[in-house]
Amino acid sequence: MTAALLLLADGRFPAGGHAHSHGLEAMVASGRVRDLDAVERVLIGRLRTAGLMTAAFAVAARDGDPDRLDAELDARTASPALRTASRRQGRALLRAARVIWPDAPWVRLPAQPHQPIVLGFAAAAAGLTDDRTALAAVHGVATATASAALRLLGLDPFAVQALLIRLAPELDALAAEAVKGDLARGAAPLTDLSAELHATWEVRLFAS
Amino acid sequence: MRAEAVVVAEAGRLPVLRGEPPLTLRATPDAVYVVGTAAGPLGGDDLHLHLEVRENAVLRIRSAAAQLALPGHRPGPSRMSVTATVAPGARLEWLPEPLILGHRADHRVSSIVDLCGGATLLWREELICGRHDEPSGDGVISFRAEYAGRPLLVQSLDVGPHAPGWDGPAVLDGARASGSLLRVDASIAWPGSEIIAPTAVGMPLAGPGWLVTATAPDAHTLRAYLTR
Repeated sequence: MTAALLLLADGRFPAGGHAHSHGLEAMVASGRVRDLDAVERVLIGRLRTAGLMTAAFAVAARDGDPDRLDAELDARTASPALRTASRRQGRALLRAARVIWPDAPWVRLPAQPHQPIVLGFAAAAAGLTDDRTALAAVHGVATATASAALRLLGLDPFAVQALLIRLAPELDALAAEAVKGDLARGAAPLTDLSAELHATWEVRLFAS
Repeated sequence: MRAEAVVVAEAGRLPVLRGEPPLTLRATPDAVYVVGTAAGPLGGDDLHLHLEVRENAVLRIRSAAAQLALPGHRPGPSRMSVTATVAPGARLEWLPEPLILGHRADHRVSSIVDLCGGATLLWREELICGRHDEPSGDGVISFRAEYAGRPLLVQSLDVGPHAPGWDGPAVLDGARASGSLLRVDASIAWPGSEIIAPTAVGMPLAGPGWLVTATAPDAHTLRAYLTR
């Protein structure tokens, strides 16, 4: 089961997560994020909002009502660009997961499900516990943000990796919080704004 | 201090208008005003406001002045909860002055708005993190609105020293003022997103509403963004 966690959380898992910067590309363009220090502050803010929410919903989706959870996620995602990004990533993950675990109950998913809900189903299919489902979710948010920062700012990859390792206890703590059953709802106004600004660009590196 | 206030609005009248300090209410032709009749909220305070807008009624709530949350002599956070139900054809406008989080305050706001199908809403929230030249206190501003039994907008803004990352570029980026304006009306075809200013955006929700969310250096600038 530990190997299953590593495989599902691996950036090479073909789920398309790394096509998205979740507003970071616009934050860099606006000058709001220029260096590793700012990246750390973005990471912590995103982990405590989107990261905790993704993990809590992935855990809840393992045995919850996916339609209700999908509606709750819609209501927690004020930005239409981020709703679209989440549904696109959900579709990409579902495409891969259907091939890998053909017998899992994918038919229970709503049309175009949000990514955390598909992640919960995939984690259940992979036999992951709640704890490890949550860990895979927060890890996904952390590495997607860090790798986007690496590409956008041309940072030293060792320094970015050192930052992620330094944040590991925070990831553990958030995963532990996510399994408590509370459907997190953390808002990040400037992430919404950056994602909407980004959606107006004609030329961009990331899908969101 | 524990206090409770209740407003029930029917078309053209207010059959229930009951408050107690520090949640004193005063009805004017323009709106029902929440008049702060004590300092605070202070740590340990537990304040509840219940609003019921019955069929085809319009209720507008304002406040006479900004609320300043401060630490108290008693342990524990100060709490303010608002619950509102809005009937079909009814309208609620929640337009209070800003909430200021004083240094070392620990304030929790929870608002739950239940809109029936055909109800409309205007809901403004403004938050100022600290008085002039003062670090912010802790705050959790939690909001949930449902429309016709479905979740419409659910979010919580955590600010202050207890919330790492809150002043980072993903959340408020050091802005002292932040806020939102939610409009709900199922009879309007809400437009696509609009960038109102470099730190203010209007966005169509998945349900029948439009949300402006903004940060600003001060309360005055914020208000200008939230009137769009």
